[in-house]
Amino acid sequence: MPVNSILGVFAKSPLKPLEQHIDKVHECAVLLVPFFDATVAGDWDEAVKIRKQISMLEKEADSLKREIRLTLPGGLFMPVERTDLLELLTQQDKIANKAKDISGRMIGRQLVIPQPVQEAFNAYLKRCLDAVTLAKQAINELDDLLETGFRGREVDLVAKMINELDSIEEDSDDLQIQVRRQLYAVESELNPVDVMFLYKVIEWVGGLADLAERVGSRLELMLARN
Amino acid sequence: MVDVLVTNGPVLIGIAAAFGFLMAWSIGANDVANAMGTSVGSNAITIKQAIIIAMIFEFAGAFLAGGEVTSTIRNGIIDAAYFTDVPEYLVYGMIGSLLAAGIWLVVASALGWPVSTTHSIIGAIIGFAAVGVSVDSVEWGKVVGIVGSWVVTPAISGFIAYTIFQSVQKLIFNTDDPLANAKRYVPFYMALAGFVMSLVTITKGLKHVGLHFSTLEAYLLAGAVALAVGIFGKVAISRLKMSNKADRQTQFGNVEKVFAILMVVTACCMAFAHGSNDVANAIGPLAAVVSVVESGGVIGSKSVLAWWILPLGAVGIVLGLALFGKRVMQTIGKNITHLTPSRGFAAELAAASTVVIASGTGLPISTTQTLVGAVLGVGMARGIAAINIGVVRNIVVSWVVTLPAGAGLSIIFFYIIKDIFS
Repeated sequence: MPVNSILGVFAKSPLKPLEQHIDKVHECAVLLVPFFDATVAGDWDEAVKIRKQISMLEKEADSLKREIRLTLPGGLFMPVERTDLLELLTQQDKIANKAKDISGRMIGRQLVIPQPVQEAFNAYLKRCLDAVTLAKQAINELDDLLETGFRGREVDLVAKMINELDSIEEDSDDLQIQVRRQLYAVESELNPVDVMFLYKVIEWVGGLADLAERVGSRLELMLARN
Repeated sequence: MVDVLVTNGPVLIGIAAAFGFLMAWSIGANDVANAMGTSVGSNAITIKQAIIIAMIFEFAGAFLAGGEVTSTIRNGIIDAAYFTDVPEYLVYGMIGSLLAAGIWLVVASALGWPVSTTHSIIGAIIGFAAVGVSVDSVEWGKVVGIVGSWVVTPAISGFIAYTIFQSVQKLIFNTDDPLANAKRYVPFYMALAGFVMSLVTITKGLKHVGLHFSTLEAYLLAGAVALAVGIFGKVAISRLKMSNKADRQTQFGNVEKVFAILMVVTACCMAFAHGSNDVANAIGPLAAVVSVVESGGVIGSKSVLAWWILPLGAVGIVLGLALFGKRVMQTIGKNITHLTPSRGFAAELAAASTVVIASGTGLPISTTQTLVGAVLGVGMARGIAAINIGVVRNIVVSWVVTLPAGAGLSIIFFYIIKDIFS
């Protein structure tokens, strides 16, 4: 329809798709819990199945990302900076990529978290995913932020969430040290190459929390500019 | 020469009335959609409700408050002194202008350009007067004032919209209990809308209908209307059904429901304002033709408006709306707008107030552009997710193009009509 009505003035909101994107990313990342459970149980068929799901969700997030970028041309007048939005999107998308990398590496090398480390590792993984969940919640506040014109109480609320995100990330760092220490204690009994990759996987899982924190700080930056 | 007017008088009036009616019709069919679009787009009212509201309030606005702008278009743009010897030129020119503006509107809407009826008709009148008669016959001082108002009014309405939206943020959204505050303050916004609309109508419009009020009476009456609107709002809000989940997200949803009721009121204002300003585009030229012909060639700048002219324009708008409005609104309704009632109301109230005040002072302005200005104002207050600056630019460009286009066409029609009758 030719835009000869006033409604042509209103462009598609990028905020809702951004929320959908982080929801997808979150859905993708939390699949790591059943994935690691399956590897520990030695059920590689199940693990491969979950890995496929992760990869599929990552692809969906990717296409959402592309769509948002395409519908966010210059020449839009928005309450937040376009560059901030795009940067936020990039960070969000990296979380899904990281989840895919982790599951891919585990499958590729048939890695299993060694039994003595499992408990600490699970706690660590959950904490990192907590960070992703919180990042998702913060992004989902964008709707309400728009309602309130990006100021006032709603901004304080989001700022509080971002602070919490920071503390979760610190938490996960501490947990990471524990996991590494426990792995170090048993590493002489394991295949050295596997151990190398296990350290790598542990690092990547921590990367999830790092990225979630970065999503938070991007959001914070976006709000601070206003 | 004046014989032409005597012998062909009824024919000329008939032609002018027909074109004026068609113009009013096309305003009703196309232009009203812009005035009502924001209300429909933010789902505050249905298409059917929009059409009913538009019919009633467009008519009321055109009939009650359309007089000032009509007289500006009739005899405010051109200097009657230049037509004393050739009154028939004024008649031809006005008919040519109606035709020119009408055709330009058809072409533009076929091409999808957002042009303004007001700009087309003003351009057309300037065109035939400056080229067909004499460059000096145009009251350039007034024209500059009118064109200037096209720049100023969107800015003013943007500023008002910004202020209204900021006040809404302060009083309602950024509080502990947005819903309770929405219920408390929204009736006041309704009363404000009612007050502005009725005050302008009473002080400026009703004298054309033959009613006169003193200033005090006018304020009292407007106050009474405002009170009535406020009470109506209070009752309507108290009857709303809310989902009573306590989280913040649903709370904002409920707040928007309260604003949706407010938007019914501002939609009425918008239709009223649009009717009051835009009816003149159709019937201003007609009024000029009628007064010249009926006085036998004497151009009296202060002659009263023939009684049937305003209602003719009003009926034309309503009929256009009734027959084609639905189709136009449906296409609008299908476009998903990311506009919530709290933003739509701020934009509409600002635009309607600006337009109605312009109507009261007799300034012919563009309703659409005033509304766009208001939308930008809300955008500046960070209330709208994304505004297409490209489309805004198109709207601005289209009015720059519309003036010469309307002028060119009306010059052509002026000479054709002149040849036919002489």
